[in-house]
Amino acid sequence: MPAGFQHFADTYLMWNEGPLIWMSDALIVLTSLGIVGALTYFKRWKWLWREWLTTVDHKKIGIMYLIAALLMLFRGGVDAELMRTQLALPGVHFLDAEHYDQIFTTHGTIMILFMAMPFIFALFNIVVPLQIGARDVAFPYLNAISFWLFFFGAMLFNISFVFGGSPDAGWTSYPPLTELGFDKGPGENFYLLGLQISGIGSIATGINFLATILKMRAPGMTLMRMPLFTWSVLAACVVIIFAFPALTIALALLMLDRIVGTHFFTMLHGGNPMMFINLFWIWGHPEVYIVILPAFGVFSEVVATFARKRIFGYSSMVAALMAISIISYFVWAHHFFTMGAGADVNTFFAVATMAVGIPTGVKVFNWLFTLFRGRIRMQLPMLWTLAFVPCFAIGGATGVMLAVAPADYQYHNSYFLIAHFHQVLIGGVVFGMLAGMYYWWPKMFGFKLDERLGRWAFWFFNIGFYVCFMPQYALGFMGMQRRMYTYPADTGWGTLNFVSTIGAYLMGIGFLFIVLQVLYSIKYGERDLTGDPWDGRTLEWSLPSPVPHYNFAVIPTVTDRDMWWVLKQEGRTEELRPKPEEIQPIHMPKNSGRPFLMGFAFFVAGLGFVFNWHVLAALGLLGVVACMIARSFEYDDEYQIPVEEIEYTEAALGRL
Amino acid sequence: MSHGNGHAEAGEHRHSPAMYIVGYVLSLVLTAVAFWLALTHAMAIGPLMWVLMILAGLQIIVQLYFFMHVTEGDGPPFHSVALVLGLIFTFAIALMSIWIMSFHSMVA
Amino acid sequence: MAVAEHAAHAPAGAAHAHGAGPADGRPLEYRDPHQSVKILGFWLFLATDMLLFACLFATYLVLRTHTDGGPTARELFDIPGFTAETFILLTSSFTGGLATLCMRNGNKKWLMAWLAVTMLLGLSFVGLEAKEFAADVAEGANMQRSAFLSAFFTLVGTHGSHVSVGIVWMFLTLLQVARRGITEITARKVFIVNLYWHFLDVVWVFIFTVVYLSGVVM
Repeated sequence: MPAGFQHFADTYLMWNEGPLIWMSDALIVLTSLGIVGALTYFKRWKWLWREWLTTVDHKKIGIMYLIAALLMLFRGGVDAELMRTQLALPGVHFLDAEHYDQIFTTHGTIMILFMAMPFIFALFNIVVPLQIGARDVAFPYLNAISFWLFFFGAMLFNISFVFGGSPDAGWTSYPPLTELGFDKGPGENFYLLGLQISGIGSIATGINFLATILKMRAPGMTLMRMPLFTWSVLAACVVIIFAFPALTIALALLMLDRIVGTHFFTMLHGGNPMMFINLFWIWGHPEVYIVILPAFGVFSEVVATFARKRIFGYSSMVAALMAISIISYFVWAHHFFTMGAGADVNTFFAVATMAVGIPTGVKVFNWLFTLFRGRIRMQLPMLWTLAFVPCFAIGGATGVMLAVAPADYQYHNSYFLIAHFHQVLIGGVVFGMLAGMYYWWPKMFGFKLDERLGRWAFWFFNIGFYVCFMPQYALGFMGMQRRMYTYPADTGWGTLNFVSTIGAYLMGIGFLFIVLQVLYSIKYGERDLTGDPWDGRTLEWSLPSPVPHYNFAVIPTVTDRDMWWVLKQEGRTEELRPKPEEIQPIHMPKNSGRPFLMGFAFFVAGLGFVFNWHVLAALGLLGVVACMIARSFEYDDEYQIPVEEIEYTEAALGRL
Repeated sequence: MSHGNGHAEAGEHRHSPAMYIVGYVLSLVLTAVAFWLALTHAMAIGPLMWVLMILAGLQIIVQLYFFMHVTEGDGPPFHSVALVLGLIFTFAIALMSIWIMSFHSMVA
Repeated sequence: MAVAEHAAHAPAGAAHAHGAGPADGRPLEYRDPHQSVKILGFWLFLATDMLLFACLFATYLVLRTHTDGGPTARELFDIPGFTAETFILLTSSFTGGLATLCMRNGNKKWLMAWLAVTMLLGLSFVGLEAKEFAADVAEGANMQRSAFLSAFFTLVGTHGSHVSVGIVWMFLTLLQVARRGITEITARKVFIVNLYWHFLDVVWVFIFTVVYLSGVVM
């Protein structure tokens, strides 16, 4: 082998690292060839570009977010299984220490930023405009940019695995370990740039949905008539726009340290690493509320629909959402009680942390009271919601334990903490997003996901969850710290770790059942012909499934909360059907390839910065600027759907 | 959508530059006062900092009201709510970061 | 009525008959809901940008005293320099406001003139700041010297790059006004770029208070 090639292969492709990398390389090459081959064979390239890559339709963007989230759930899940395999028995060397560090880093980063975030954005996109009676979001073009920034940010982060090396300093990426002196490789740069690029997209999504909810509601839909999911999106977006800038700055300053040689977080020349940790958690704590609030919204919709009752305490639900979104901003220092900022600081943040539990408690009780004497149907969305309640209650209780600052010195960074946040993030966010996915799946695709396979998935995942994480609370008390690569047998941690690993495998089987369920249902799933498969309550269920691209042929006038339910009760559903004389031409935004190109330009720039290839970085940034200037001069970005086309579509759906 | 009208009619309610001139003069005066107080050491450091911050706060109001037309808009003043929240968080981040990072305790 | 077409093709200042509608009496940039929602979106963006600066200010305030034996704020800051920068930026905010005023009065020529003046003032601000930075670096006070200097250059430099972006953006807006006149769309663009400009003025007021004046008196 020529020396130059050998050098390239070892430096960038990491072929000297052994079979794990070779296998991944082979798999990625095969998958890519498979995708390219299939697209070419079925002549779908044009279709892909026209229908998906250039789309500005919120429903399609939502579906792309959903696919990305499920793929990332798979990648993060594989990381988790590898870690649990490594920890199953004492003294194992299944992975080497370096790979183990990389895997726990990518697991955490991917699950929070590239799984949970796109999953909530999927539901934002698919549901919010339909619930508020709008034809699209406020800024459809920006929405497409948000998606492609997320997508290319995630790509940049993920290719580090096979090109240049993964980050290995934990998902929190604390300096001084992440400073250049201690972490030379490109992995940390991949982390910083991948997150930075997708973070810009997230801020744009926050602005977009805030403007959408505030300005695009159908006539008559006052704020206090909005469905609770939309309220939860509003609350989450408030947190996004105020919290994400802190991440942007934390990442940017650390990048300056690494690339320019500044001294923000170094141990030399007056830098202070704790300032990174402070900035990171100014974003980081609100971030967990960003992902949990939409899950709360899903539960509110599901509970009301499947108990066939109006949600109990609507106003208090709204107040609780807003209270959480504000209080969540004042709890960040509980992530570093052990820094020793002082009794006054720790007391303030401990009390604020416990205070968040109050509005959360209000919500849990409201869900329970909604269920009380309801005619409950045990279908998949409801099952996941019911599983959420005890799981989140335990997670919340252990959270309050962690919030007790003096006691936290004992729990800090132990497996107790690991078990706690997995319980709230899986029990809260993942259960919530799965409930939401099952609930709105027919609205997206026009068929239901198979109930029987879904129940298998549900039970495997749930039982697996408790088997996996309950032992970890105990392990934490026994002294096991997070991010340990392996442990000696005489610690006595072997048994509980082995149990925990079994649980992780059970969850993995649960995930495989979900995959099977989706594949099975594409062919055999129950078709949704009415558009209202769950006997729903809100406006989206008044539309056919899947929804025509203009959503509402005639924008409805809203007179009630749970509008669709009220109309059904009073036999007035005809009122939401379009009448020929009311149909007018509809303005829709034109598709554009530019958001995709702009995301790609960001990717190129990011890659340039990762390897300090300045020409490439400059080229990428030029591409970004060119896209923005071209957009500034674009005036003709809408088209009109003629009345005949709307009438034809609606008639074909049997609505005229 | 059927709102047909659209454009500024020439001659119809001309806006006068008075607002802008008042705003400009106020911003100049506020800045000059801040400079004067700081450079002549007219006050002790502690109170001076407070006065400078209050002057800067007044500058925000001048810019928002006279130049940025914060009171205008279309529908409920959502943008003002966002600004107020943003300002609260801004000061919270700055002041609480100083508080957290100053390590008052004996532990550090 | 087709909103987009209407907005895009009507000549500036054309006197249309005012029909009965919610638009009456509102400034031009708010009349089309497609445009006014963008103004709200931009206010929201300003709120996030404010938080961006909040984090940079917090970093500066925490690291302000971490000079590592290098130059301190008091030794470094040049009073005539930042005084000039401050008054130039305040004046540019005023001229930017006058541009909005002329736009609302339908006066395209003066709108363009005031935008040009604002850009020139912005350029001289950026020029002065670049000169100040170059002088600091020449004295050995560069970003790599101490945490204080890292934070100082990053905070002030981020503001400076915002101003530079603002100048380019204003130029693009100027071109569009020149080509298309004052329409609902260009009016919204002028209004927004000026919002951005005034916002940068507010940020500067805090930089000059928290960084420069405080640095000089302490």
